[in-house]
Amino acid sequence: MGEHILSWMTFFPVIGAAVIAFIPSERKEIIKTVAAAAAAVPLILAVQLFVNFDRGTAAFQFIEHYTWIKSFNIEYFMGIDGLSVPMVLLTALLSFLCIIASWRIEKAVKGYFALFLLLETAMMGVFCALDFFLFYLFWELMLLPMYFLIGIWGGPRREYAAIKFFLYTLAGSVLMLLAMIAFYLNVQDPTTGGHTFNMLYMMDQSNHSAWLQMTNIRHLLWIGLFIGFAIKVPIFPFHTWLPDAHVEAPTAVSVILAGVLLKMGTYGILRISYPILPDAAVWFSYALAVLGAINILYGAYCAMAQTDMKKLVAYSSISHMGYVLLGMAAFTTAGINGAVLQMFNHGTITAMMFLCVGVVYDRAHTREISGFGGLGLQMPLYASFFSFALFAAIGLPGLSGFVSEAMIFIGIFPVYRTVAMISALGIIIGAAYVLWMLQRVFLGPRNEKWDSLPDINAREMFTLVPIGLIVLILGVYPMPVLDLMKVSLNHLIKVVAG
Amino acid sequence: MELLNLNIPSWSDMAAWIPEAVLCGTFLVALVGDLLVRGRRPWLPFAISVFGLVTAGSYAVATVLHADPAAHSIMGKLMVVDGLAGFFRLLFIFTGLATVLFAWTSEEIMGRKRENKGEFYFLTVLLTLAMCVMAEARDLLMLFLSMEGVGLVSYVMAGYMRTSLRSTEASLKYVIFGAVSSAIMLYGLSLLYGMTGSLTFSGIRAGLLAGGADPFGLLVAAILILAGMSYKIAAVPFHYWAPDVYEGAPTPISALFSVGPKAAGFALMIRFFYTTLAAGNDPAAGSTLIADFNWPLLVAVMSAATMIYANLVALRQTNVKRLLAYSSISHVGYILMGFVLLTGEGLQAILFYLLVYTFMNLGAFFFVVAINNHLKSEDLQDYVGLGFRAPWAASMMVIFLGSLAGIPPFAGFVGKLYIFTAVMDRQMFWLVIVAAVNSVIGLYYYFKVVKAMFLTRPAEGADASPLKLHWLQYTILGVLTVPTLVLGIYFGQFKALADQAIALMTVHM
Repeated sequence: MGEHILSWMTFFPVIGAAVIAFIPSERKEIIKTVAAAAAAVPLILAVQLFVNFDRGTAAFQFIEHYTWIKSFNIEYFMGIDGLSVPMVLLTALLSFLCIIASWRIEKAVKGYFALFLLLETAMMGVFCALDFFLFYLFWELMLLPMYFLIGIWGGPRREYAAIKFFLYTLAGSVLMLLAMIAFYLNVQDPTTGGHTFNMLYMMDQSNHSAWLQMTNIRHLLWIGLFIGFAIKVPIFPFHTWLPDAHVEAPTAVSVILAGVLLKMGTYGILRISYPILPDAAVWFSYALAVLGAINILYGAYCAMAQTDMKKLVAYSSISHMGYVLLGMAAFTTAGINGAVLQMFNHGTITAMMFLCVGVVYDRAHTREISGFGGLGLQMPLYASFFSFALFAAIGLPGLSGFVSEAMIFIGIFPVYRTVAMISALGIIIGAAYVLWMLQRVFLGPRNEKWDSLPDINAREMFTLVPIGLIVLILGVYPMPVLDLMKVSLNHLIKVVAG
Repeated sequence: MELLNLNIPSWSDMAAWIPEAVLCGTFLVALVGDLLVRGRRPWLPFAISVFGLVTAGSYAVATVLHADPAAHSIMGKLMVVDGLAGFFRLLFIFTGLATVLFAWTSEEIMGRKRENKGEFYFLTVLLTLAMCVMAEARDLLMLFLSMEGVGLVSYVMAGYMRTSLRSTEASLKYVIFGAVSSAIMLYGLSLLYGMTGSLTFSGIRAGLLAGGADPFGLLVAAILILAGMSYKIAAVPFHYWAPDVYEGAPTPISALFSVGPKAAGFALMIRFFYTTLAAGNDPAAGSTLIADFNWPLLVAVMSAATMIYANLVALRQTNVKRLLAYSSISHVGYILMGFVLLTGEGLQAILFYLLVYTFMNLGAFFFVVAINNHLKSEDLQDYVGLGFRAPWAASMMVIFLGSLAGIPPFAGFVGKLYIFTAVMDRQMFWLVIVAAVNSVIGLYYYFKVVKAMFLTRPAEGADASPLKLHWLQYTILGVLTVPTLVLGIYFGQFKALADQAIALMTVHM
């Protein structure tokens, strides 16, 4: 597997899905075991990737490059750099844990796990693809499994949430498609002189045609791409699909949605928009910072008003993704490294929060914050896990969220001082809604209705402990992840900001 | 008088026409055979038709694989078998064969008491033949004859269920609309003949290039002819017959109509306009020989109107068959985009799209046929829970619908990608944006069907017993699913086929 490690990571899950399709649907345990095995392989390979990744170069590594469709200049081109490695690791980890967390799914087990594995393939592919067509293919491949996972296994309003997610994302994708065709027609392959989908050629400004060098066109293309990615992040005002999707989705799907899918938006901006249209990125940076600030404050205020735990966590995601945008807008070393670190940290912390919400929902079948109270006495172990996740989310020093948020503010402060100061209010509001929820759910008088709730079990611990450890370790010593991305991101800053 | 200029045909020219000759023979044998058994043994015309279509199909495959660069004249200058004709011939025979096979399992066709069931099969063969001729015509007379041929068989087939009011109404509507549009087109053809003094496409082109044709007269003729052909492909504003006919006719016939005659209409449009009026691939020269007229804008507006109208109306449909009828109109809009600029790239994209469209659209309609056998309904409400009652078939339907919606990794996406690229290459951005918005609208109504099948929970007490489809239905749906998936990720060779068809189209002969 050494030669084609990225391909194996990407396609092993879908092989597992194909195997599952042929297992009789009554053999539920076998299906689940196969699914877990199919998701474990990419995780093992991810560890290998983490060990072997050369941290000293900004060049793409583990490259696989083949001609795919010659007449249309499409290539099978996979490779990763410091920007994609953290995302690949996150995807492999969360996908595996989510399969474990889904063990109690009873309805149409076969379909659920097959779709979940297909989703993993798509996510992995997005982070590894270096050919725009391939990237787009994986990007869209994600939609169908996600639609069904929300739509079949979701809550009461799942039909609405599923199609809303699908339509929003597709609307963004068609804009990206048009931008992609525009790049294809206007970027010259320096070796053959023909059109190309190769992202590396697109990043080289000297390959751009005269049409593509016009400032207005570049700004237009930037905005097209930006809206496509912004819907995924989601950036205000394109965010309304997110709370619906989260509330209706089953726990594991929420984890993937918040942990990995949202990152694709910011990843896309950093991977595609920034290096291909660097001047437009600079032109847009102030707007990006303002949008980031709006996301932070708006998400936090909305979170404060929620009565449903899951919706609260969903809005907190919007708020936390705002920090990522803020860091990206800074074009400073601290800012952009903080942004990508925040993408990784938010992936782990949010995953923990959603898993914790799932634990209580599985038992109590409600997520109404006001319905609980004194749960800390009833489920002490659970209360400590959830509190740990919540404190990580508000950026308590010593946990990973603090490091990335601090880096982002260090990065943005010298550049856009006012925006940074306004955004900092978000931290306070963040602490407010989190602590307030904590208080209402775990403290106070014990609600006798929940006397029969058992504490967290071993399988649930198995999903929470690894993430918790990562959050803790990165809070004290973030270098394992920072070392991975540092060189590539510094190179990116040099490309964009000169 | 060119008509009398019939040379003795060479053997190789006649050999190129073997598939049509086989189809012709098959039709006659099946007709006579059906008469001899007095319609009591429908398997006889069925078997003869399948055998004939397979034989003709294998010849057609062989010619396409050979990539014979020579163009074979058939009956003087009336018809030509070249790359374009070879490509479409294959498409039509495949469609005919798939329809014949699927109809054998359809209750709508085979479940009728007393009436003759065999005639469906030889009529399909005859329609296939007429469509092939349509793709080969290169003379105004043949153009008109072939279009009428396809039309007449279609009218009969639409009214196939004589005792059904809907079917009869569909047939009558079809006849009336057809007659009017034929008359309009004929007027345009007569103007063209009057201006150039020639019936052959190449003669007309030569006449136009020699000058002397009144530009306004030429414009009127071109628009009248375009209108007549737009009726055939059901483009807005000449689409009114389509939803009623598709809904009224038995579903296997609707499947055939939504693919075959439509593709034939495009074949004829491509050959006629590209060989008579297109200015060639030089963008500086304008796109047509009609002076001072923005031809691309006319077609582009038609294309945009077609997709907007059809998609918006499709949103409100609750009958799956009617929904698919509007969907097939909206696809005409997408395909017309490739026709806007009359460039080689655009036409190649059209051919590839038609190839993909054949698989996905036949698949979607056939699924409706298979379900109708069990539920006796095409209503969206009755589709609730189908995803769990017939999981394999419903999953294939998801693939067909996803492909129709144009999302990767299905073939429909690649079709759209080529069309969009061809149009964007000529900087017609507004049209691409309209089409992109329409793709999003399309997704909503295609996934209404998916939602009913998989997402909506059936009401308490609803029938949840598994549905078992005929093995032939699984096979054919599977055969259609494979290209719908494969062409989405590996399409180089098939696109090359479409490119070759356009490259080998004879323009000046």
